Amino acid sequence: MTPTTLEAYEPVVGRQVLDELRYLAEHLQGRRIQHVNSTAVGGGVAEILARLVPLLTELGLPSRWDVIMGDPAFFRVTKTVHNALHGQPAVFTRRDARTFLDTTARNLKTFAWDGDIVFIHDPQPAGLIQAKPAHGGRWIWRCHVDVSAPHLGVWRFLERFVNRCDAAVFSAPQFAQRLAIRQFLIAPSIDPLSDKNRELAPETIQAILHRLEIPQDKPLVTQVSRFDRLKDPVGVIEAFRLVRRTVDCRLLLVGGGASDDPEGAQVLAEVRTRAQDDPDILIRELPPTSHLEVNALQRASTVIIQKSLREGFGLTVSEALWKGKPVVASAVGGIPLQIAHKHSGLLCRSVEGAAFALKQLLNSPRYAQQLGERGREHVRQNFLLTRHLKEYLLLLVAVERAGDIIHLNNAPGIR
Amino acid sequence: MPSRPEPFRFCTRLTLRESTGLRAVTLAQLAHYLKVLPGSVIFHHTHHYLQQHQSLTPEPPNDFAYWVSEVLGDRGLGERLASVDTVQFASIRALRDRLVATIEAHLGAHPWLWLRVAPPEEAFHFVKAVSIVLPTPYRAATLAAFAEALQAVTMDSLYYHIFEARLRLERGNDFARWFTGLGEPALAAAVATLDPYTHTMEDLRRTILTLVHRRLPHAGVP
Repeated sequence: MTPTTLEAYEPVVGRQVLDELRYLAEHLQGRRIQHVNSTAVGGGVAEILARLVPLLTELGLPSRWDVIMGDPAFFRVTKTVHNALHGQPAVFTRRDARTFLDTTARNLKTFAWDGDIVFIHDPQPAGLIQAKPAHGGRWIWRCHVDVSAPHLGVWRFLERFVNRCDAAVFSAPQFAQRLAIRQFLIAPSIDPLSDKNRELAPETIQAILHRLEIPQDKPLVTQVSRFDRLKDPVGVIEAFRLVRRTVDCRLLLVGGGASDDPEGAQVLAEVRTRAQDDPDILIRELPPTSHLEVNALQRASTVIIQKSLREGFGLTVSEALWKGKPVVASAVGGIPLQIAHKHSGLLCRSVEGAAFALKQLLNSPRYAQQLGERGREHVRQNFLLTRHLKEYLLLLVAVERAGDIIHLNNAPGIR
Repeated sequence: MPSRPEPFRFCTRLTLRESTGLRAVTLAQLAHYLKVLPGSVIFHHTHHYLQQHQSLTPEPPNDFAYWVSEVLGDRGLGERLASVDTVQFASIRALRDRLVATIEAHLGAHPWLWLRVAPPEEAFHFVKAVSIVLPTPYRAATLAAFAEALQAVTMDSLYYHIFEARLRLERGNDFARWFTGLGEPALAAAVATLDPYTHTMEDLRRTILTLVHRRLPHAGVP
């Protein structure tokens, strides 16, 4: 991935937005930022950090990104924790807690702490918060998961770490919990200049479709997601089969893996079984770095679906909207923040609802186009990386200073 | 000869949302929390729409009106809350009192509404606005320089001097105050009486620029 400078965003977001970032960063010069998460590739968190870290450094806040190390047993436990936080039934045993704590202890022995502000992303590295008293600085737990109705036992286990931070950050108001610390709300973002979201030449798209053997003789309905039960790929197949009774179209399920998700292969096998060699159901398993391919497939799609059962935020929705695509998505997690029903997309709550919405969009291209155009503008205003970067800078100010109105007084060079 | 005022210093304000962790599922809970929560919560829920949907306004709904109409299904009260004319209030305190009085009067007249409960997943979540105010490099000592700067500053800056200064900092419209000091009382009055809630932010910028340009030598519309 080519490093992108802040200046490159001007054609997308405008000069004023970049100016504001620079004014704000002037008040935070020299702060060292450290991010810790559980995977270097795959999933929205890794993608965001890959872009945010260099931009923070460019703004004068030297930033680094470290990844917690764990064995398969640890990631099996953290997957259980992840699902439990999403409210799925879970059995979290003493042995699981031991595995989590032992891996945390091994990481604590080797981790190099180097931040005035440390961001711990998601539950996997949450145990590292125990290093706060020895290292000092401000610590922030950044939760990307929908914890609106968590498994209580698992939440209590995590809460004792989280409450030692200076602040927590959630993606949507309904995820916030009763905590002893301040809780800020910051939606994630997409990078309009990344390989996954930048404009592509038609011939590039065609070449990728050809390479991945995606025919274009029928309207294409696509879901891009890890093969994860919470993304409900089987529900997507069921909805597609309802649609195809009256509309001739093709379904594409595109999934990648993440190194912290051990369930992917099992779910993929279930999906293949359910597809039953149907020639109109295409399944493509791509490496987690296939950003250009995902970009091309989204752009080549007629409609994008995201039929998740739970979502932290659902950045694939923002990605699709940014490409001006009509989207059908479940009204879960952060998705209703991205889609105003019937204004910038269609929300659904069931297989039947998803099928009905897909039919509407496939049969009414002008309506679908209008939804897509409005969705793109909504994403431009609210879900691009520069807004995310700005809110992280604001967060750094807010954790250092109390009050609901904070005045920063040193003016940048006067014009 | 009256002394010239200090140059106008354009500031901007950037907002971070902070959760209070509190939620309401009934009208009574909504009214209760409206009474006790900080003004920054009321400000957020009556103003954030202006910024998040810059291209969709005018007609900014406040979050309370939207929730009462769409979740509790009480369109009558929703309409009354949406019609609370924010521009008529000089402080958050006064706005809060009107919102609470509107809900309580409605509850009094329709007592069965005490029993109406929103599903937990559609609860009203109280969020507050943490504002970080910082100076921009733009300053203006004359009307012409003001017009030039006004074209360049961000919408956040405009928002700060018009909405935040008036209602949250309770010092009125910053632009109007400076125009008065500059000896431009008519311009000050015209800007002070604009209803900013019925314009998009870009419309507001254009309208103020038009008013300023009319006072410049060789006046013309920008």
